[in-house]
Amino acid sequence: MTFGAGDRVRVSDRAHEGHHRTPSYVKGKRGRVERVFGRFTNPETRAYGADGLPEQVLYHVSFAQDELWPSVRRNGSDTACVDIFEHWLEAE
Amino acid sequence: MSDHDHDHDHDHPHEPITSDGEPPAAARARALEELLVEKGLVRREDVRRSIDRLVSRSPADGARLVARAWVDPEFKKRLLADARAAAQELALDSGPSPVVVAVENTETVHHMVVCTLCSCYPRALLGPPPDWYKSLPYRSRAVSDPHGVLEEFGLELDDDVEVRVLDSTADVRYLVLPRRPEGSEGLGEEELASLVTRDSMIGVAQPAAPAPA
Repeated sequence: MTFGAGDRVRVSDRAHEGHHRTPSYVKGKRGRVERVFGRFTNPETRAYGADGLPEQVLYHVSFAQDELWPSVRRNGSDTACVDIFEHWLEAE
Repeated sequence: MSDHDHDHDHDHPHEPITSDGEPPAAARARALEELLVEKGLVRREDVRRSIDRLVSRSPADGARLVARAWVDPEFKKRLLADARAAAQELALDSGPSPVVVAVENTETVHHMVVCTLCSCYPRALLGPPPDWYKSLPYRSRAVSDPHGVLEEFGLELDDDVEVRVLDSTADVRYLVLPRRPEGSEGLGEEELASLVTRDSMIGVAQPAAPAPA
């Protein structure tokens, strides 16, 4: 499954033992793919000396601040953009 | 007592080799380096060279990119499309990251950069990150309360400005192209570059104002 710019996605809410690059504050949150960066080796295995294969597609995903921090002061249009690997994303 | 029972006086004074005051992270790094050298995996010379290379970089390189983009709209387009390639045009090395992205601050959108997981930063173009960038309070609050953080940096944005926080969680590095200061119209590229501060390229400040004519 590969996403494209504009696609709505949700970040998997699963736990992960060990090194991973998906911050907990976006887990389970809905966002939008802004850009596809291409394929990169997977840091979850590379961190332990492996080759990081198979490569994972990396996406620039934007999240409305309302979705992430409902109680914090903000402007309605504020966003946080986080780079997330494909195996952490689900179609929304 | 053992055969270590000898006099420690010798011909030069120095602080104890192992200081009780050494921060834990520094002690850990030193212990790792000792082990790696002992096992023949790295050479001290390579470590020293890498440190030299890291600390030799400064925000001046990033500032050259910004100043060029301010005076040359075509270059700005190329910078926003592919910052690595644009840096190469100016013979600048943008570092090992395969993708470097420049984002433009405008009247309506303000970008700021953080790495909530560690301290990812465009070091090749900006030099080593400031301590606050690596601190837990900045890393957590930049995403959860960006307006509050920007205010603490002295940056007051108009209410209708959209704030986009960029969290550098993977292989991509981000550089902010700040807004060109008012009153800088007559300045040349070098003078403009001198207004471009490190913090303005992280997105927590505006560039310096030009000196009054």
